[in-house]
Amino acid sequence: MSNTVSTSPRTAVTRGESLQTEKRKAALAWLTVPALFFFLVFAVVPLAGVFILSFANWDGIGSIGVAGMDNWLAVLADPGLYNALGLTFLIMIASWLVQTPISLLLGVFTAGSQRYRAALAVLYFLPLLLSSAAVAIAFKALLDPNFGLATGLGLPFLAQDWLGVPHLALGLVIFVIAWQFVPFHTLIYQGGVRQIPKSLYEAAEIDGAGTIKQFFHITLPQLKYTIITSSTLMVVGSLTYFDLIFVLTGGGPGNSTRILALDMYLRGFRANLMGPASVIAVILVVIGLALALLLQRLGGKDKHGSQLEGL
Amino acid sequence: MKQPQTSRRSFLALAALTPFAVAATSACGTSGPGTASGGGGASMWYLSGEPNQTTMQKAVDTFNSANPDNKIAVTYFQNDAYKTKIKTAIGAGQAPTIIYGWGGGTLKTYAEANQVEDLTSWFEENKDLKEKFFPSSFGAATVDGKIYALPNQYVAPIVLFYNKELFEKAGAQPPKTWDDVMSLVKTFNDMGVAPFSLGGQSRWTSMMWLEYLLDRIGGHEVFNAIFEGKPDAWLDPAVIETGTKIQELVSAEGFIKGFSSIAADSNADQALLFTGKAAMMLHGSWTYGAMKKGGQNFVQSGKLGFVHFPTVAGGKGDPKNGVGNPAQYMSISSKATDQEKESAKKFFKDGILTETVIDTYIASGSVPIVNGIEDKLDTSEDKDFLNFVYDLAKNAPNFQQSWDQALSPTAAEALLNNIDQLFLKSITPQQFAENMNATLGK
Repeated sequence: MSNTVSTSPRTAVTRGESLQTEKRKAALAWLTVPALFFFLVFAVVPLAGVFILSFANWDGIGSIGVAGMDNWLAVLADPGLYNALGLTFLIMIASWLVQTPISLLLGVFTAGSQRYRAALAVLYFLPLLLSSAAVAIAFKALLDPNFGLATGLGLPFLAQDWLGVPHLALGLVIFVIAWQFVPFHTLIYQGGVRQIPKSLYEAAEIDGAGTIKQFFHITLPQLKYTIITSSTLMVVGSLTYFDLIFVLTGGGPGNSTRILALDMYLRGFRANLMGPASVIAVILVVIGLALALLLQRLGGKDKHGSQLEGL
Repeated sequence: MKQPQTSRRSFLALAALTPFAVAATSACGTSGPGTASGGGGASMWYLSGEPNQTTMQKAVDTFNSANPDNKIAVTYFQNDAYKTKIKTAIGAGQAPTIIYGWGGGTLKTYAEANQVEDLTSWFEENKDLKEKFFPSSFGAATVDGKIYALPNQYVAPIVLFYNKELFEKAGAQPPKTWDDVMSLVKTFNDMGVAPFSLGGQSRWTSMMWLEYLLDRIGGHEVFNAIFEGKPDAWLDPAVIETGTKIQELVSAEGFIKGFSSIAADSNADQALLFTGKAAMMLHGSWTYGAMKKGGQNFVQSGKLGFVHFPTVAGGKGDPKNGVGNPAQYMSISSKATDQEKESAKKFFKDGILTETVIDTYIASGSVPIVNGIEDKLDTSEDKDFLNFVYDLAKNAPNFQQSWDQALSPTAAEALLNNIDQLFLKSITPQQFAENMNATLGK
């Protein structure tokens, strides 16, 4: 908005008017103060606190002592960290691969105007209304190997020990995460698809392009930034998956679902090792920032440019 | 252009108001858990779950109506969630006046951080109270010769429960030795019944197996050395043998299918025993009361059997040794006001383990830690079980406190994590011993 105002030829007419815009700009700067205040109090200060704690000895109860580099060396030498890192990236990539195509297709479908679309859309969005803890408890009960759904309905092929075998538990975690978050990303894609001008499709139809061609040559390119937004949320969000996995598996069996965020919690609040837990928190922040920046770069430098030029 | 301006103004108003709203809610937050409602009362956190929740609520209600100036306000939490919450609350200076716990290593970290009151002199002043309890119950309440907690509730040894109906069907006898255990595993697997129920996701449930096995194989001295942090205490050959025996049992399908995804918090492990899906279960004696209440007449109709943990051929441990919780404990937060501390002490003296509470515990199938209850136990409808538990606790030459409570929280978390992997066979007994050895002194 401000960009178009300052470059438009109407503003640079007289001195008085430009002074007024200067004043308005100053007033606008003041408006960021509350946001900056909250950012400082709830993001910067805790971040600095965690960074300092990563060099300290603290059990969460007693007094805080100086540890120097001990925590960092101990955590970086711990194979548990690399296991957690590997699992975090595995869940991140698998979640992206599973969720993106499903939510993209569902988004395109719910943005259309087919019969029963509204009713089906409501069904798709239901998981979005449930809290992660509730979802985890429900799935845990359904998948119980002795009293669960499979036993109740007599479906032996479903009666696996879903949460008790390491690779099954990991796969299940990815599935439940997808079940919970696909609706959210569907919503994003639905909004994105509705922004695409109808005239593009009309032109394509005149040129003889079918539904599939339209999808690959109009919908998908037009959704470029929506895909980047959704992917950023998925990738950065997967770094903080905690509540669902904590309730569902607690990191187990063994360490097979102990992702970085959970590892941090267990070290800090179960084992009373706040220093090493802070080290992991710092690592999480660095990875999260790096990934967010990388994804922004993927969007290209001209990302503020219009995709609708010539329309 | 009018539209954005009004929204800007309302945004400003919102921005101006928000800090006050935040301040108001955070003010509520700080006064929430730390202080009790009204006057000079004390706050207390306790575990949810029956039958103990009702027993405690009744005790508190009785105390509160007799002592309107020293009211106790109780909040209930689930077991596993409570253990984390109380630590965080104490660290943040938000602890309730009365801190409930299991003594041992966790209590030691509180005492060392000066977060709990030293009750030694108070017990000196109240000798009657001190002599009321089993002497063995004070061990886990004592740190460096000072008493930091009031023992209360009941003694809870780990007991081997079994389903009598299934044993009759199989024509089998409850196990006396480890060899019996292994042959019963085969018997019940052939019958299509799981030999042992286990809520393995909770991890401390699997730990109970190691506690008894290590004691039977190597004697109580092995864990004592670990507890005292002696060098290489975990590398004792008895630890390796314990791990090997456990993995043999897992390999022989001794535990119910899917045990590592069953959590004890939902009582699914008990349900497996009383619904006849599993023949045996090693569990705390507190599950007797829970099974009596939730087990569809399983206990009342005499189908629940119980024996002491079997012996191991060539083992050094006394077969009478017990493991479990010698008692539960309550400490007073040193951050509480003097008035709150007074109320808490009054509650300790007059409100906990009153005659009514003792009777309620006995009626729910537990043995309270007070002396001279033999007559009461004998007249109870659960006298077989109560006398069994009472004798087990009384006659045990060594009663080992549960490991995860005895050790420091740091070592305990590592222990539970390694036990989980041992039961999954993702580490060898040797690796288990080495991993744990690295936690000595932490």
